[in-house]
Amino acid sequence: MSNSTQTAVESDAEQRTENGDAERSAGTTSVPGPSAVDDDADVVLELDGLGKSYGSELVVEDLSLSVREGEILTLLGPSGCGKTTTLRLVAGLERPDTGAVRLNGRSVSGSTFVPPEERGVGVVFQEFALFPHLTARENVAFGLKDRPDEEVRERVDDLLELVDLADQGDSYPDQLSGGQQQRVALARSLAPEPEILLLDEPFSNLDVDLRVEMREEVRRIIKETGVTAVSVTHDQEEALSISDRVAVMNDGQIEQVGDPEGVFQHPESRFVAAFLGYASFVPGYVSGDVVETDLGTVPREQIHGLAPEYDRTRIDLLVRPDDVSVRSLDCEGVESSCGRVVARRYLGPTFLYEVELDTGESIQCMHNHDEDVPDSGPVDLELDADHELAWFPREQRPEDDSRYGE
Amino acid sequence: MATEHRTTADDEGGEESGLPLGVSVAAAAVAAAVLLPVLWLVKTGLDVGFEEAVALLTRPTTLEVFLNSAILVALTTAACVLIGVPLAYLTVRTDLPFRRFWTIIVSLPLVIPSYVGAFAFVSAFGPQGGFQRLLAPVGIERIPEIYGLEGTVLILTLYTYPYVYITARAALKSMDTTLIDAARTLEHDRWETFRRVTIPQIRPAVAAGALLSGLYVLADFGTPSIMRYDVFTRVIFVEFGTFGRDTATLLSLQLVAVTLFILWLESRVRGEERTTAGGRSRAAVSLGAWRYPAMGFAALVAGLALVVPLAILLSWLGTASASVNQSLAFEWSYALNSVTVSAAAAAVAVVAGLPVAYLSARHDGLLPAAFERISYVGYAVPGVVLGLALVFFGSQYATPIYQTLYLLVFAYVIRFLPQSVGSLRASFLSVDPALPEAARTLGQTSAGAFRYVTLPLVAPGLFGGAALVFLTTMKELPATLLLRPSGFTTLVTHIWTAYASGYFGQAAVPALVLLFVSGLSMLVILRQEGYDVK
Repeated sequence: MSNSTQTAVESDAEQRTENGDAERSAGTTSVPGPSAVDDDADVVLELDGLGKSYGSELVVEDLSLSVREGEILTLLGPSGCGKTTTLRLVAGLERPDTGAVRLNGRSVSGSTFVPPEERGVGVVFQEFALFPHLTARENVAFGLKDRPDEEVRERVDDLLELVDLADQGDSYPDQLSGGQQQRVALARSLAPEPEILLLDEPFSNLDVDLRVEMREEVRRIIKETGVTAVSVTHDQEEALSISDRVAVMNDGQIEQVGDPEGVFQHPESRFVAAFLGYASFVPGYVSGDVVETDLGTVPREQIHGLAPEYDRTRIDLLVRPDDVSVRSLDCEGVESSCGRVVARRYLGPTFLYEVELDTGESIQCMHNHDEDVPDSGPVDLELDADHELAWFPREQRPEDDSRYGE
Repeated sequence: MATEHRTTADDEGGEESGLPLGVSVAAAAVAAAVLLPVLWLVKTGLDVGFEEAVALLTRPTTLEVFLNSAILVALTTAACVLIGVPLAYLTVRTDLPFRRFWTIIVSLPLVIPSYVGAFAFVSAFGPQGGFQRLLAPVGIERIPEIYGLEGTVLILTLYTYPYVYITARAALKSMDTTLIDAARTLEHDRWETFRRVTIPQIRPAVAAGALLSGLYVLADFGTPSIMRYDVFTRVIFVEFGTFGRDTATLLSLQLVAVTLFILWLESRVRGEERTTAGGRSRAAVSLGAWRYPAMGFAALVAGLALVVPLAILLSWLGTASASVNQSLAFEWSYALNSVTVSAAAAAVAVVAGLPVAYLSARHDGLLPAAFERISYVGYAVPGVVLGLALVFFGSQYATPIYQTLYLLVFAYVIRFLPQSVGSLRASFLSVDPALPEAARTLGQTSAGAFRYVTLPLVAPGLFGGAALVFLTTMKELPATLLLRPSGFTTLVTHIWTAYASGYFGQAAVPALVLLFVSGLSMLVILRQEGYDVK
């Protein structure tokens, strides 16, 4: 059991990498780049062709993005994709090699460089970076320079109230719990009324239980103050739950920007599909009104935006584990959709099965823990999605994969 | 994520696209000032002339001095390890009774300058010394000779083993004892475990401590002089006094070369640091009946190193009566002089150390690393050599400050800059780079971020470094003797004069005052470093 779980995890990881590679080699023919925002009027932050490298390592490459007033946008991507560097470029903690950063129409990086203290950005650092020698009050008051004492006091009181820490003002950071430190860090960054709030992996330092609670809390506070926020995370669940829009990053570039549901349901690249949730790719052939697949035919209207020029071509359908189920444990008389369970992963209330079809395809499907599916042996799969499916042209598949050769 | 974070943190320098100019210039100036005397010494050495130099360096006496020094360093360092490591093990890993007491007691010899110890031992165990007079009634006329190699090794071991003890202790304390448990479950008995697990884990720390001991021994001038054992420092001082300037210069260069060799040797012995810190740590080993010899061992070391000199000094207090001439009478201004120059040296060393330490802690690259390394020149240049170099330099090219306190303080700063840089650098490294960044995003300039965030956080390290420089400057002997303005007497020079003129009793008060001040500085250091004696 434990062995087979391991296998499943590894093969899943491999698959993701393959898909990511495929994307890059295939170029972006069917994948539109991050769309320019239609109305420039309410754009607070604009990144224009940003590039940054450390030595020979290109960390951020030709990255463009617009953030609108009042929204929470999350940069989501795996480790090393350049999302934190992007955030530091916005804050002025790094200088870009190419491109420009504009805050409210003013260029702050590019031809001129405005130092961080003159940008009007608030940053919540990954490990909070609370000043250990100052109390919570003093931390919050740190950015309120050149103001009358009375005004500072009121502002700090308001903020501690806002983050629900009115009674902890005199505590030092090491006397506060992780969640409380998070609140102080947020209050401190909001105190000088920044034009934009940047959050670097804000929840990664918290216990799992606390994370969910603080997500809601941070979203409430940000929405209450109405500040525009850019957050950075590798946690898809976090990104999908706190953001108004999500920008999925991979390898220094933005793959897709959109609202969380849209990005999840209609990924524009295999990387995005595989990075957000579990993804299997089922090969199919576009034939008239249907797409013929190993798991049976799918009506053409259920395929999201399948253009006429893909008639009589091979495509891959993106199926999530809950789109597929085991029809029976008997393969007799079934040819195409028969496979063998090769691994099973326990996810709490459900099991994730990895099924290898006789054709060699590997498909993931999900079942409740009380359903009687064996952890090995032959099964007959069916596709029972009740929503539109995303698809990708076949030529994006890795070339060296013999399974897709014709 | 970790990778990404590290990349950005490492490249923090990229923020200002390169090194901060002002700080770099300051650090470069400090590095240049530190290098100056050594370069001057090399230049003087080159002036000697090739044939004469070869003749001087191949004299039998030169070879003898070299061998004497090498034997002394090797024996003393080995003895320090043999005493320091077991003491560290006993006070960290075992159920030694009164562990807390022993932990403190056996680190205290560090407070006593070795020449004071030597002085006391000669007085106690020398011919016609107090100890022999004590034994005379029972018919013992002769006790083993205290002068020479054996005595020098004994004294230097007693006062330098704490370097090994303290570093080994720190390594043992931070070592994860589950490693030992793991070895035991893998069928290793206690001794095999110690050999195959504990020793590799503490080896880098022991090597570092042994290096400190070895360098101290090589650079020490007072002890070999009092013990009449001819090593580099003693011969250089004597040659200089008798106008053997070329010989003194060449021997100095040779001494620097030997020091560099030891530094290189240590870097080889230390090996790759593959140790784990943290994890669980607990005192596990039960001594059983062995606890009595163990306590006896600790008591013997502490008794010899602490009780003997204290007893001698206190007994002198009684005898140092009006019988001696007035010029040797103790004056409190000597103590004030000592404190003043030491405080000045500490302040300058910290100010000079700041840019070097900041740069090397916050920026990667060749220059910051080079500045830091150069600041460690003081470790490689014994006080007698430094004093000599500055005498040559000062008397010829810096006459306005020659024979002034400025040159003396300059010498102290060069000699002890490594201590302040080390302490400051560790402090800078412990400040999360995100903190000054946070201050920047909250409206502070980089100078403001340093002033309001970084500086308060490194303050303990700053004061710790200053206290360390203060402590060691108080005890410094050879450079003080060579460079002090005429008529300027410190505790140390007064002790030396009393010793040289044979009125030992006159050294009692300044020596005790010196011990008291050293003890205070030690307390400050222990507090700053949160030295854990449990």
